[in-house]
Amino acid sequence: MKLALKELRRRPGRFATATIILTLIAILLMFLGGLLDGLIASSTGAIRAQNADAIVYSGTAQASFVRSRIDPDLRAQVEAVEGVTEVGGIGNVQLGARVPGNGPRDLASVALFGYELAPDGVPDAPAYGQAWADETIKASGVTDGMVIEVGPARTPIEIIGFVEDTNFNGQSSLWASPDTWRDVLSANRPDAQLGPDVFQALIVRGDGDGLPDAIDAATAGATDSYTVDEAVAAIPGVTEQQNTFNQIIGVTVAIALVVIGLFFALLTVERTSLYGVLKALGAKSSTIFAGLVAQAVVVTAIAALVAGTLVVLLDLLLPAGSIPLLVTPGRILLSVALLLVAAVLGCSFSLRRVLRIDPASAIGTTS
Amino acid sequence: MNTASAGPSTTTVTTALEMSAVRKVYTMGDGSEVVALDHATLTLGSDEIVALVGPSGSGKTTLCSIAGGILSATEGRIVVGGEDISGHDAKELTKFRQDKVGFVFQSVNLVPFLNARENLLVVDELGKRTGAPAKARADQLLDELGLADRAKNLPSQLSGGQRQRVAIGRALMNDPSLVLFDEPTSALDTKLGEQVMELIRNEMKTRGTAAIVVTHDERITHYCDRSVHIVDGRLEA
Repeated sequence: MKLALKELRRRPGRFATATIILTLIAILLMFLGGLLDGLIASSTGAIRAQNADAIVYSGTAQASFVRSRIDPDLRAQVEAVEGVTEVGGIGNVQLGARVPGNGPRDLASVALFGYELAPDGVPDAPAYGQAWADETIKASGVTDGMVIEVGPARTPIEIIGFVEDTNFNGQSSLWASPDTWRDVLSANRPDAQLGPDVFQALIVRGDGDGLPDAIDAATAGATDSYTVDEAVAAIPGVTEQQNTFNQIIGVTVAIALVVIGLFFALLTVERTSLYGVLKALGAKSSTIFAGLVAQAVVVTAIAALVAGTLVVLLDLLLPAGSIPLLVTPGRILLSVALLLVAAVLGCSFSLRRVLRIDPASAIGTTS
Repeated sequence: MNTASAGPSTTTVTTALEMSAVRKVYTMGDGSEVVALDHATLTLGSDEIVALVGPSGSGKTTLCSIAGGILSATEGRIVVGGEDISGHDAKELTKFRQDKVGFVFQSVNLVPFLNARENLLVVDELGKRTGAPAKARADQLLDELGLADRAKNLPSQLSGGQRQRVAIGRALMNDPSLVLFDEPTSALDTKLGEQVMELIRNEMKTRGTAAIVVTHDERITHYCDRSVHIVDGRLEA
C-alpha cells in the first residue's frame, strides 16, 4: 500500500485524468443533491415547521390544501377524539405579490397561511392585515415593515418580521391571522372562498402515536390524517421530485463506478509486468489489490474534496433565491461516501485480473 | 562441493539447492501434454555459481522458476536453503520467495517510480517489514555495489549497468540462500556484460550465496563454477 501511495505522490500526472473526471462527477453529484435538498426544503418547510401530532385534511383532499375543507362540525368531531388536546385551523392561498420598487410584472411568489396554532419558529398570528414572512422573500426586495400587495385584488399585507425555513411549494410563506387569510382568499380567489370558521386543514396536538388513525376512525373517513413526516411526503410532487432526483443521482454514482472501474482496469493491464515482478519478489495478490484500492480511494477523496469546496463556493456566490440549492454537510458527506463505495466497487473489477497475474511472467516465458 | 540431502523436509544448509527428479508437464488446450522439464536433478553448494545454458525453449526458465518457487513442479523434490518446497501451496511459496530466494530479471524490472534505495527496500516492504535494519542493509548493499551516490536516483536516471547493480542489490536484500539470474547480460554489450558477471561472481562469493545464471551465451560461463546444459527439458552435466 505504501508503494501505491508513493506512486500517487511521484506520478500524479498519471492519475490526473481520472481525478479530473471524478471531480466533475462529484460536482454533479453534490450539485444534484443540493438541488434536491433545496427543492424539497422550499416545498415542505411550512409543513415541517408544524408542531403537530396529526395534520388533518378532508377525506378526499389527497393532502392538498386547495382540495381540502374542514367545517366546524367536522372540527368538533376531531376535537372530541380521545387524546386530542389542541386543535388549530390552517389554510393557504398561493398568489403573486407586488413589491414596492419592483416592476409591475416582477411579482414575488408567496404562499399565505392563516393559522391558529403557531408552527415552530413562527410567532403567534399577528394583527389583521399583517404577516410574518419567510426570509427568502428578501431576495425579491421585501424589507421589514414594507407593505406588499397580494394577488390580483392587490390586498395590502404589512410585513412585520421574518422567519426561517417555512416555504411551501417553492414559494415564500407569509404567516397571517385566519381572518387575514380568509379575506385574501375571498378577494383573490373568489371561486375558492370559504365560509366563516371553515378551514382547509387542522393542526392537531395530543397524546399517543396513533392519533391520525384514531381521528380518521372517529370521523368515519371524512378526514385524511397524517403525521408531520407523512404530510411532508404527501405534499403533491414531493415524492416524485425525490424519486426523479434520486434516480439521476443513482445513475451518476453508477457512472462514477464505471469510470473508476475502467481506469483502474486499464492501469492494471498496463502494470501486469510490474505486478508480475512484485509477485515474484513475494508480494501477495491482496497487497497489490489493497494498493489499487488505496489509490482509488485517495483519487476519489481528492476529487470529492475539490468538488465539495467548489460546490460550497458556488453556494456562497449564487444570489440568494436564484436557484433552490441547499448545500449541507450531510449531503456532501453522503456524496463522498457514495463515491468512495463506487471507488472500492469499481476497483473490484480489477481483482480477478490481479489474482491471475502469474509471477512466472516476470522471468520470461515458461519454456 | 555437492552434498546429499539429510531428510524429507529439511537438510543441513550446506546445499543451497537440491532438485531430485523434477518434472514439469503442461497440459495444452487440446489435451496433449508438453514436458518442459524432464526428471531434472541438480544440486548446488551453498556458495556455488552454476551457469544454466541452453537454447530458447529448452526449459531453463522453467527450471529457474521452479527453483525460485514461482512455479510448482508436477513431480519431484525441491529443497532450497534447507526448506522443502515440493508440497508448498501458493501462499507458502510467496512466503518462501520473500525469505529464501533473490531474482535478477532479464529486463531488470526495477520499479520505475522508486529510487535505487527504495527499489531495494521494496523487498522488505513486501516481506518482513523490519524497517531500520532493512534501511541499513540497503545502504550497505548500495555502498558495496558502488551506488551510494546514486541511492536517490530513479531507474531512468541510471545507466544500464547501474540498473543491473541495483537489481543485484535488490536480489540480495533478503539475504537469500539462492539467487536466480535470468539472462543478466542479454541487454548489455560484451564489456559491460563481463563487468556485470565479474560483479555477480564477486558478490556471490563474498557473501557465500549460491546462484544459478540462466544464459545462452557460452562466453560468460567461465565466471561460473560449472555449467549445466539443458536440452528439451533434460539436464546434461
